Amino acid sequence: MAIRISSTPVRVTIALSGEIDHHNAAALRLEADEAIQSAAAPNVRLDFADVSFMDSSGIGFVLGRYRIVESYGGNIEVVNLSDRLFSMMKLAGLEKLVTLKAKH
Amino acid sequence: MKAINEMRLQIESRSVNEAFARSAVAAFAAQLDPNIEEISDIKTAVSEAVTNCIVHAYPETMGKIYIWAGIFENRTVKIKIKDKGCGIADVKQAMEPLFTTLGGERAGLGFAVMESFCDRIKVSSKVGKGTTVTLEKRFEGR
Repeated sequence: MAIRISSTPVRVTIALSGEIDHHNAAALRLEADEAIQSAAAPNVRLDFADVSFMDSSGIGFVLGRYRIVESYGGNIEVVNLSDRLFSMMKLAGLEKLVTLKAKH
Repeated sequence: MKAINEMRLQIESRSVNEAFARSAVAAFAAQLDPNIEEISDIKTAVSEAVTNCIVHAYPETMGKIYIWAGIFENRTVKIKIKDKGCGIADVKQAMEPLFTTLGGERAGLGFAVMESFCDRIKVSSKVGKGTTVTLEKRFEGR
């Protein structure tokens, strides 16, 4: 599991890669929240292009970030979702909270 | 019905073993020549069940997780994930989507994900004794 951060004044992009499960979600959370906090940008983009596996911990990860970003009035966009990850996030009803975008 | 082939695995309830457990079961099931989606289904379901053992069955202690998988005729795999942890008082409630006793970062979707990726799921539990989750999936193949 690795994370890549890039940011502009209006958006911080957090690109995840590898497998997201309960074990590595903890470290992921720390890094992501640090990036969100230090960027202080209104929009957060979570890029799942290089995520090879995810269980419901990935849904928890998005939900957790949503709660933080929503608390200061920001938006979350989850991009480059494979069909599988897209349907898992829909199963959780995440499309009502964040913008979901499939991989092209 | 008797299994054509079977495997057994015993692991400690350390979260680092989640990846090992799902990969091991998926590798065993691979002899049925499943497609990539079906392998991901198995990996995801096993990951959820093993995570439940680590997070819920043994919240404060280190315990053992017992995994059995069997391959049956008609390209079906059956997986049992068993713990000797605290058990579930109300299995029906625990299986409801979005129900979680932990809040925060847990989505409460473990059982919902297992249900959506397997053909059949059975949960038997006794408070103070432990829980067994049985998953069953038939592969359509490539």
